[in-house]
Amino acid sequence: MKPSRITECNEWILARFPLTKLWNEHMTHYYAPKNFNFWYFFGSLALLVLVNQILTGIFLTMNYKPDAKLAFDSVEYIMRDVNWGWLIRYMHSTGSSAFFIVVYLHMFRGLLYGSFKHPRELIWIFGMLLFVALMAEAFMGYLLPWGQMSYWGAQVIISLFSAIPVIGDDLSLWLRGDYVVSDATLNRFFAFHVIAVPLALVMLVFLHIVALHEVGSNNPDGIEIKDSKDPWGHPVDGIPFHPYYTVKDIVGVAVFMLFFATVIFYMPEMGGYFLEHANFIPADPMKTPEHIAPVWYFTPFYAILRAIPDKFAGVIGMGGAIVVLFLLPWLDRSPVKSIRYRGGIYKKALALFVISFLALGYLGTQPATPTATILARIFTAIYFGFFLLMPLYTRWEKTKPVPKRLTTVHSLEEQLPALIEEITVLKPAATEIGHTAFKGSSFTRQPNPEGIRNVITRLVKKAIGSLD
Amino acid sequence: MNNKGVDQSKRQFLTSALTVVGAVGTGYLAVPFLAQMQPSAKAMAAGAPVEVDLSKMEPGQLIRVAWRGKPVWILNRTPEVLETLKTLDNELRDPLSVESIQPESSKNPARSIKPEIFVAVGLCTHLGCSPTFRPEIAPNDLGDKWKGGFFCPCHGSWFDLAGRVYRGVPAPTNLEIPPYRYITDTLLVVGESAEEASA
Repeated sequence: MKPSRITECNEWILARFPLTKLWNEHMTHYYAPKNFNFWYFFGSLALLVLVNQILTGIFLTMNYKPDAKLAFDSVEYIMRDVNWGWLIRYMHSTGSSAFFIVVYLHMFRGLLYGSFKHPRELIWIFGMLLFVALMAEAFMGYLLPWGQMSYWGAQVIISLFSAIPVIGDDLSLWLRGDYVVSDATLNRFFAFHVIAVPLALVMLVFLHIVALHEVGSNNPDGIEIKDSKDPWGHPVDGIPFHPYYTVKDIVGVAVFMLFFATVIFYMPEMGGYFLEHANFIPADPMKTPEHIAPVWYFTPFYAILRAIPDKFAGVIGMGGAIVVLFLLPWLDRSPVKSIRYRGGIYKKALALFVISFLALGYLGTQPATPTATILARIFTAIYFGFFLLMPLYTRWEKTKPVPKRLTTVHSLEEQLPALIEEITVLKPAATEIGHTAFKGSSFTRQPNPEGIRNVITRLVKKAIGSLD
Repeated sequence: MNNKGVDQSKRQFLTSALTVVGAVGTGYLAVPFLAQMQPSAKAMAAGAPVEVDLSKMEPGQLIRVAWRGKPVWILNRTPEVLETLKTLDNELRDPLSVESIQPESSKNPARSIKPEIFVAVGLCTHLGCSPTFRPEIAPNDLGDKWKGGFFCPCHGSWFDLAGRVYRGVPAPTNLEIPPYRYITDTLLVVGESAEEASA
């Protein structure tokens, strides 16, 4: 039989490019642990948001003008006069906040299950470089609308560099290209935002994934699935990434898009957190707004900067808050990876860290009153305490024995019928005229207060018990 | 072709030499790219002096002018304000302006050529926000210690009405005083120092 045209075409390509080999290595023959849970959605979601930012960004540059005299009006032009411009702009602005939400959750997953630990240190380092590049990208993008918050935010952040001894003033002058934030600054930030940093981001994503696929994914149990293999050399507890996790991730994508669309269509400014109110006033170099705050995703670091009453030390504190994350693989001395088998000290420390990170994030949006400053100092101390005391408390803590193979946790779907049985009680349904019905089928479920109480006590007891 | 095998040390030398030459070349090539990010000739030339007419200023009034794209304040201080300034030294980080930037003619306790007319660059020495002018004494939001001055809304730095920084706030030095001089009694020019003009 004569081979069809399509087969011939395929063969022609495969003789010249390892398409099947690449697909197999990274999709159908890439074995991922079978017990990925909710927290494992955020890596693929981050990739989705990156694609969203690049696509919407390309279309925004078609109408945006990186000129101090035209920039503000060109954004308003996109919002009012360009066909569907408002949608593309809101997809881009909401996308930046979504990017940070997804990335913060992705990083928290790493803290939960020890994904940064040996042998995945380099994945973590590439990830942290991605985070830094993402912050640079977001910061430079925020200058482009040339509103009051854009202008003064950039003024403050560039001035941070002037705190560096000896070279500081020249460095900040070089970054701005002028004595104050001006047209020169706007134009170069545009260049960095649309070309330089996106290229770096894409390359780092590539490195992040290559490193991941070399060592293999971690999992909620923190066990190396490559340690137990079947006779064919595949991890017993692994399943091919495609189709299993591609399909699972599509569910995550659908749920994410539901939230994403809700924000875009119903609350694109998110009450001044995603797009700040003061940024709807054109930049005025003569007057700083009464209250300036960065966008929400920078506020934890901003609160640390404000908490330290010295210019240089403040900048060091802010930079240190990020640098210390890079060192995480070497600060953590615990022999186990996953929080499931760690001792109570790490669980408590992680809870304190999350509280202080959220509190710092809130304080960074608020004016610097004396009480707020003292609170910010306490939470800054906890933030750094979590990392700097880690070599001590992770060495002391009593860890639980780690199983050889992945454990199975009953999914919510399996537990649901029993749970419903417990928290409700079956009662005969009342008929319209008030008589109880005789037929067995007309029973209804009513909430059972005692059952609900039992379930809550059990959950609380379990939560407290897991801290020891 | 020789058949004595590879001369490893010669190969090593050539590799090192080429690396060094390549690095030097890359270094030279980087210079124009890095230097083009410096302020352009146009930006450097934009620092033209600005004339300010003081004849219509009321006591206590603050006016803002733009010089080199920066806000410059001209404040007409009342005698009461000048009296208050003398009492603050203990609360200030640099009351004599030793570590701060100002022309020689303004290096005095009131930080000005004429005591009543105060001229300063209106950008906080911490991270460059423009502080707000708060001349009132002990307002609710700033507390009883406030004797009138400039308050930075960004990170809460305090300055008195001579632009001198208080202790315990993030700003490291007093507000910068730009070079300025008087052409006549009521006509002031920002951007040219009194020292240069007399020299």
